[in-house]
Amino acid sequence: MTSTQTAPSGSPIIVVTGLIKQFGRFAALRGVDASFDAGRLYAILGDNGAGKTTLLRTLAGLNRPTRGSVSMLGSKDLRKVCQQYGYMAHPSLLYDEMSGMENLRYFARLYGIADDQRCAAAIRAVKLDPELARPVGQYSQGMRQRMSLARALLHDPAILLLDEPFSNVDVRSAREMVGLLKQMRDGGKTIFVVTHQATLLEGAADEFVWMEAGQIVDRTPGLHRPGESPVPGQSPASSTEAR
Amino acid sequence: MKKVFPILCVVTAVLLSYALYQALEVAPTEATMGDVQRIFYYHVPSAWTAFLLFTINLVASVIYLFRRSVKADIVALVSAEVGVVFCTVVLVTGPIWARPVWGIWWTWDMRLTSTLIMWLIYVSYLMLRRFSSSGQTAMLAATLSVFGALCVPFVYFSIWFFRTQHPSPVIGGGGSLDPRMGRVLLINWLAFLFFAFVVCWSRYRLEVVKREVEEAQAMEDLALPRSAR
Amino acid sequence: MSLTRATLAKDLRLEWRSKDAINSMLFFALLVVVIFSFSFDPTAEESRHIAGGLVWVAFLFAAVVALNQTWARELRNQVLDAYRVSPAPANALFLAKAFGNFIFVIVLEALMTPLFIIFYNLRALGPAWQLPIVGALGTWALVVNGTFFAAMSLRTRSREIMLPLLLFPISIPAVLAMVEATSSILTGEYSAKFWIVLLAAYDVVFTTGCLFLFEIVLNAE
Repeated sequence: MTSTQTAPSGSPIIVVTGLIKQFGRFAALRGVDASFDAGRLYAILGDNGAGKTTLLRTLAGLNRPTRGSVSMLGSKDLRKVCQQYGYMAHPSLLYDEMSGMENLRYFARLYGIADDQRCAAAIRAVKLDPELARPVGQYSQGMRQRMSLARALLHDPAILLLDEPFSNVDVRSAREMVGLLKQMRDGGKTIFVVTHQATLLEGAADEFVWMEAGQIVDRTPGLHRPGESPVPGQSPASSTEAR
Repeated sequence: MKKVFPILCVVTAVLLSYALYQALEVAPTEATMGDVQRIFYYHVPSAWTAFLLFTINLVASVIYLFRRSVKADIVALVSAEVGVVFCTVVLVTGPIWARPVWGIWWTWDMRLTSTLIMWLIYVSYLMLRRFSSSGQTAMLAATLSVFGALCVPFVYFSIWFFRTQHPSPVIGGGGSLDPRMGRVLLINWLAFLFFAFVVCWSRYRLEVVKREVEEAQAMEDLALPRSAR
Repeated sequence: MSLTRATLAKDLRLEWRSKDAINSMLFFALLVVVIFSFSFDPTAEESRHIAGGLVWVAFLFAAVVALNQTWARELRNQVLDAYRVSPAPANALFLAKAFGNFIFVIVLEALMTPLFIIFYNLRALGPAWQLPIVGALGTWALVVNGTFFAAMSLRTRSREIMLPLLLFPISIPAVLAMVEATSSILTGEYSAKFWIVLLAAYDVVFTTGCLFLFEIVLNAE
């Protein structure tokens, strides 16, 4: 089992060039060029249909780019570095009928880990109880999101790709999760958070990445963006998916 | 280059009419079957053309699996579509011929049955293409095409053995072909090949344009500012 | 291989807990046997000749219902994505699913067969020891392609109907072989050897094909 190979803080860990992703007639990403540095917490913001989730899934190797490329830790073949990133999606990516520990034990096997201690440690890291026998399907939304985060953390990846980790989570749990993310960032991990609740990350995120219509339109150190309403996701603009 | 296509169309039309004339007038009437035998000049060339197109489909699919070339995918699509049409012609003209000659519409004859199964496999291929979400179609279809090809020897052997177990109506076969008939057959096949090529080519160009339009539309949609939508 | 075992164990445990698939399928299989018994007079002398076909068509229906469930659990909460981002090889997943389905369908067949024997008063006139071999080879032929095409139809609209549309044409030679082998053994009129060899070859070729191409299908987004 490899431990995280942490790139020196400050050097680019992910480089995206000319990324285009088309779903049939619909282009979800239309030319994204960006580079992201190691050891930072990025918040990816934008309206529905701006391409946030597609970008994250492409970084995770779940979407094949129509054109352009993603290079992670210097490798363009994401399968080769898949030990190095953890992915958390909007759905839980867990089996509802199994307990948290049983779930993690199975997912650990996928990464070649057969060590209950590490699973338990991952569960404790998100402030849940590894002894909990209840199936994940009966968890509250907040608990399920945290268990889902534990699954993404299991193999101690250098990069975390998180899609809407705070949705349907009460404010207190969400703040706890943000604290946890900050802690992990300070521990050297690079973290990407796609979210609608940007205010939660104010003061925690190192950089806010603004997406619009399949492109990155702005990158700001703070949540305030000149000439724009400060809270995204509230504008009544129609979603592209609805067309 | 632009002139090639209309010229080819004209050549094909002339060839087809000539072949029709040959099949209906020039070829001798078959001694026992009579005029109904003339359907043979459509049945057999269609079958050969269909199998040629299915082979092209397999080759294009394999190329697609290795190279991910969009062109190969379009060739695979086009050859399967046109191949199914020709295969349908075979399956329709077969019984029309069989009824007066053998007294039955259908028999579980080796060639008939394997043609039917090929037809079923390629129809399911086209269904898959129709129902899969875009972006994945090409890959899935190419995989299915390979599976279809793997299936061919099994179809052949199973039906061959099936036939040896079950008695079947006697099929007038064997016997050598009248050389005049053979010549007409080849002329017809040539005409059919031209015809298939012209259809495939125009279908290919249509598909290329269709995909270009789709891509341009997708790009344009996003190029517009959000307020303009 | 240990990963295949872990995945298979996980699937069996989940199935044991929810029991949704096995219960509905058992009932479905019972219905199929009963309806077939009404549709084809079981007392007729020629029932022995058509029994091979009857049994396998019934199994085929039951298997399709089972195969359609294969990936349902992986789709809920998109767990399949968790598998895809992990370094685990695609074929381990495929084999686990195929073995799982095999166990599943074999259990069904084991429960349906006595019913057929009772209703149709069946007795093998040929070498009966060949029947389990035909059963195992035939079931694997259905299940290996079925698992593959079920994964393929995940990527399509109306996926439940897509599976038989893809599976049946490719399976025709295998189905022919199973039916003919079973009929030969039941009637004792022919030797089933050719069909058993054909089935074995079919299994080998298509298992290899599936293992070569599954990764492409899994990652076709």
